[in-house]
Amino acid sequence: MSRRKTERLLNLVVCLLATRRYLTAEQIRQAVPGYPDGSEAFKRMFERDKEELRELGVPLETGSEGEEDTGYRIQRQAYELPEIQLEPDEAAVLGLAARVWQRASLAEAASGALLKLRAAGVDTAEAASLGIEPRVDTHEPAFPALWRAVRDRRPVAFDYQGIGRSAPQRRHLEPWGVVSRRGRWYVAGHDRDRGQVRVFRLSRILGVVSGDGSAGEVVVPDGVDVREIVAASSTPAPDRRSATVRLRQGAAHGIRRWAADVRPDEGEWDRAELGFADVDRLVDYLAGFADDVVVIGPPDVRDAMIQHLKAVLA
Amino acid sequence: MSSADRLTRLLALVPYVVSRSSVSVAEAAAAFEVSEKQLIDDLNLLWCVELRAPDPYCPIDLSYEGGEIVVSEAESISRPLRLDVDEAAALLIALRTLAEIPEHGDALSRVIAKLEVAAGNAAQPSSQVSVQVEVRPDILLQVRAGLDEGRRLRMTYYVPGRDENTERDVDPMRLLLVDGWSYLEGWCRRAEAVRLFRLDRIVELEVLDVAARIPEEAEPVDVDRGLFRPSPDDTKVIIELTPSGRWVADHYPCESVTELGEGRLRVELRTRDTRWVRRLALRLAGDGAIVAPADLAESVRDDAERALDQYA
Repeated sequence: MSRRKTERLLNLVVCLLATRRYLTAEQIRQAVPGYPDGSEAFKRMFERDKEELRELGVPLETGSEGEEDTGYRIQRQAYELPEIQLEPDEAAVLGLAARVWQRASLAEAASGALLKLRAAGVDTAEAASLGIEPRVDTHEPAFPALWRAVRDRRPVAFDYQGIGRSAPQRRHLEPWGVVSRRGRWYVAGHDRDRGQVRVFRLSRILGVVSGDGSAGEVVVPDGVDVREIVAASSTPAPDRRSATVRLRQGAAHGIRRWAADVRPDEGEWDRAELGFADVDRLVDYLAGFADDVVVIGPPDVRDAMIQHLKAVLA
Repeated sequence: MSSADRLTRLLALVPYVVSRSSVSVAEAAAAFEVSEKQLIDDLNLLWCVELRAPDPYCPIDLSYEGGEIVVSEAESISRPLRLDVDEAAALLIALRTLAEIPEHGDALSRVIAKLEVAAGNAAQPSSQVSVQVEVRPDILLQVRAGLDEGRRLRMTYYVPGRDENTERDVDPMRLLLVDGWSYLEGWCRRAEAVRLFRLDRIVELEVLDVAARIPEEAEPVDVDRGLFRPSPDDTKVIIELTPSGRWVADHYPCESVTELGEGRLRVELRTRDTRWVRRLALRLAGDGAIVAPADLAESVRDDAERALDQYA
């Protein structure tokens, strides 16, 4: 990208900031050095320049003075970062926050933000610590596209490989928010296929997340708490039943961390009660402890355990 | 470098100088992370800005004689451009994540409030992304006390991979908050090495009346390269999964994941300790099986047989 183009764009910004009245394209061509003479060539270049400034976040305003053609200007109030003064401890925390993002999209945005804040007089040289070094990774390939969709309120479509399914399914979603919970990223929103609120794990999205409607189309209902929705979807159902198990003494520590009523039993065993909601989930989990755990009852849990262990040998 | 990056820098450079009483070329170059040569080129470019109509004039006047930057005329670009939505979000989401740490001090809430005001409407979408932080406040505060006072910690630590509670003395180095989990990094006197301890796995903790002594050779983990890096000496394990076992790929750091068709997967992972893989295979039962190493697959069958014997 050329120095001439940078120079032209800079001149353009300064010109549009300096004017109070709307300037027509022709007036801009006369004021800003670097535009070609031919009117077609100028038009194309000017269109690209406008687009580029908008992408940078420059608030380009269109309007007209009386009978004149469409004109352009930048209102200083819309352009300028408002006054912001930070105490040294506040600036230090900001420096720490900017280091949170690992890789990719938001890491760049964070340094861009710091640059502007430094330009506003904030000194963030002393990045400090809350006694803690924070990092968040957004390496999920679907993250950038979903963030843009949430930001622009645009519906999306993607292929989703659910657990237990032999093929991915095309899903259509009005995304409300993206949440990291226990180290994993989720997107929640209104599922257009099911007509219901649904949560999807980013790691199970295959391929590209594509736009499936226009920006602004998604309306997040009032009072929606995306964190709550995600938490509810990944929290197991409340315990409704209880199983009695034997735990080998000095072993099965993982189970002991949440078991109730652990007490010595005969020989080398303890006895404990385990609350559960879903037999299969309980049995899968207990199987990992091999012969350090024995299910006493109820009978359906005991049978399920035997079947599970037989399946390992099958 | 793209012209967009450069334009952003040029627009920030003038206000950067204007908002400070004195700025040297070297300081500005460091702040913008460019060479002094590049910075001088930027200043020259700014100085060249001109408007030709209605009357020709040069709106920016500056000099950098003697290495000291002076902007005497900046006019319309004396303030930086507003934060865009991504920039506001990057800082606000990070700050709100930090604010979930108990007793983080009030600087955080003050800066969040100021930033929300400064960003205006651009701050809004940031509330649609959040990172939930898992902390045990009691443990965290004790660990922090140990760190602040430079004292040794004695802990009972649960190692899920081995299903063991282990007793260790640890000289604390720092706290890490990575992807929502909190860790203590410290010199483990049992392992005589730097180790990470996830706070939610600390069963019991005591701050000892002993000064922590961290040896010179203790190297902090490079967080930006990831917390867990397999070593080439680790055992390579291959597991094949049915569609119902696919969650394994989400759950464990796999070196490679291959689709086998019809929703089945093959994953490869490396691990120093294979005990947790045995547990995993027992748990999966029909949903997945260890393909290699063969002796590991065999020991899973032995485990299952011994477990089944209990029900005979």
